[in-house]
Amino acid sequence: MAARQETVARVASIDVDAYKYGFFTDIEAEKAPKGLNEDIVRFISAKKNEPQWLTDWRLGAYRRWLTMAEPNWAKVDYPPIDYQDLHYYAAPKSTPGPTSLADVDPELLRTYEKLGIPLREQEILAGVETRRVAVDAVFDSVSVATTFKAELARAGVIFCPISEAVREHPELVRKYLGSVVPVTDNFFATLNSAVFSDGSFVYVPPGVRCPMELSTYFRINERNTGQFERTLIIADAGSYVSYLEGCTAPRRDENQLHAAVVELVALDDAEIKYSTVQNWYPGDSAGKGGVFNFVTKRGDCRGRNSHISWTQVETGSAITWKYPSCILRGDGSQGEFYSIAVSNGRQQVDSGTKMLHLGKNTRSRIISKGIAAGRSQNTYRGLVSAHRKASGARNFTNCDSLLIGSQCGAHTVPYIESKNASAVFEHEATTSKISEDQLFYCMQRGLSEEEATALIVNGFVREVLQKLPMEFAVEAQKLIAISLEGSVG
Amino acid sequence: MLEIKNLHVSIGDRKILEGLSLSVKAGEVAAIMGPNGTGKSTLAYVLAGREGYEVTEGEALLDGENILGLEPHQRAARGLFLAFQYPVEIPGVATMTFLKAALNAQRRARGEGEAPTPDLMKRVRAAAKGLGVDSEILKRALNAGFSGGEKKRMEILQMALLAPRFAILDETDSGLDIDALRVVADGVNALRAKDRAFLVITHYQRLLNYIRPDTVHVMARGRIMRTGGPELALELEKNGYRDYVGEAA
Repeated sequence: MAARQETVARVASIDVDAYKYGFFTDIEAEKAPKGLNEDIVRFISAKKNEPQWLTDWRLGAYRRWLTMAEPNWAKVDYPPIDYQDLHYYAAPKSTPGPTSLADVDPELLRTYEKLGIPLREQEILAGVETRRVAVDAVFDSVSVATTFKAELARAGVIFCPISEAVREHPELVRKYLGSVVPVTDNFFATLNSAVFSDGSFVYVPPGVRCPMELSTYFRINERNTGQFERTLIIADAGSYVSYLEGCTAPRRDENQLHAAVVELVALDDAEIKYSTVQNWYPGDSAGKGGVFNFVTKRGDCRGRNSHISWTQVETGSAITWKYPSCILRGDGSQGEFYSIAVSNGRQQVDSGTKMLHLGKNTRSRIISKGIAAGRSQNTYRGLVSAHRKASGARNFTNCDSLLIGSQCGAHTVPYIESKNASAVFEHEATTSKISEDQLFYCMQRGLSEEEATALIVNGFVREVLQKLPMEFAVEAQKLIAISLEGSVG
Repeated sequence: MLEIKNLHVSIGDRKILEGLSLSVKAGEVAAIMGPNGTGKSTLAYVLAGREGYEVTEGEALLDGENILGLEPHQRAARGLFLAFQYPVEIPGVATMTFLKAALNAQRRARGEGEAPTPDLMKRVRAAAKGLGVDSEILKRALNAGFSGGEKKRMEILQMALLAPRFAILDETDSGLDIDALRVVADGVNALRAKDRAFLVITHYQRLLNYIRPDTVHVMARGRIMRTGGPELALELEKNGYRDYVGEAA
């Protein structure tokens, strides 16, 4: 293995070239002019034929945003973002709004095909062994297709672009929008509230178990365009839904801004499983390009014995700033956070969760696996808190970090605040390197150094991978292997 | 089959092997005995390609090809196997998954194509049964929390599955009680074949009561001091290594 030096050199030069979703779709787009002001906010609202209350809601957010400062406490370092140098709205011209599949531009369908996302219902039906998945595809600022809507409607499940929900189900949107992540929440969430473009809306009525996985695929295509999607999922009493989001973007030299907001509401005895496979373009080896991912995701276990679980596999983005959290408001409610964050090249990840125990006998569980390679920095940041009234609150946290090579960093920043003496919080953390012993042992059995690394890493993250829906676990496993290509050493 | 010529190996400034020569023919079981700290494990690691050892002189030919420049996995694909003295834990990787990955990696490297999974699982279970390994253990992470005896049996199980041309057993008897030793030795004996050779490294004669060697080499001070038949092992058992360590002791 004289290859050690060689491998180190390769890591240094790795250009995360394995990113295979870096293509650009040449499709005519309608864009708002660059920059952000009240007229742009009104323009976006008008484009979507929104009612006055929503226009006012956006404007309120925009005015608030003007008074706010970008947060700087995360362990990420990036050049200042010029918010006036971005387009806040872009839509493929041929798609005036959500349409039936037959009306979708074939170029767009081909794009999603290339991404491996089935948008044709009959093709999915033809598949023998796979479970069916309903997909909402969001291309830049608009949703271009949603599959299986009719079948879901028969079960009473509403799954549609949020812009459509605003028109068709205003009472639901008005009741829940901003009820988990308030307009004033934080710099990026407030910006999103002002300019959010599209995203998915899900409502599962009382007692209904959603008959299939729901999934949204986000694609940033246009140059210099921010993506600000907004997702709202409501699981009414006694219902269940499993939802997956996937994200990709073309490879570009300049950075792309992504500031999404996801709100989940679980009422009495309801359960929401939310899984993410995030694969935004991470930038090249020198740190040029890549997506800036500033995302606010929060679930509100509003009802008794409700249950929200976040599972995320994060391999992309130049900067990740993301803390999917649970407000454990209902007595006996449960929150979970399972995360695999892989960083390579010059990626910077600052991610984790917040578990806020408000109700009695609330439980939460955090399993975080960070893998740092190349020259990346990977931070877990988490807060577990118990309110005065949260008697019997329990949390278990386990944060493991794995380092590959010697030029990366892994950091764990846990915060624990307990105002109730009966709360029991446990925290475990480890940081390890893939040992020479393990590598040599695997290689002696015939595995190449890369295969050995992938195998060891897969063992490291297995506990979390098992939480993903089956189809996506396989995808995630491949993604992790690709993200770490050339990272051994 | 294996021909080691004038092998010199250092770790940093320290010379460990100093002109070691050794020849093992196909079908042969060769034992290497010697006092502690004489470079027996170094020899095993250098043959398997572990990092951190500098070969300053000499060569090691496996079927006529010098393997010292090859990566460990390339040597494995050519049929070299090392049963570790201290098998390594791989957390989270199920034993069956590991075995499958290893076998298929070797098969791919030899252009043989992957083994059908049901077939492979059947072979693994059969091998496990022969070695008295509980098949439940195949679902657990490799070596993680295994007892010393389980780890050693797992090494032999892997050897049986991978069917190497040339197998090195590094102190396989260490940490085994007499029953486990017998099971492990039976496992090795069952693999003896005309086209396969073994290099059994051991400190004690005990193992050689169960795995009968064709030749015994006494190693001390980084080279082979004497070569003989099985009777040499008995002589060492009686007299110890004091005749060989000499001024270096």
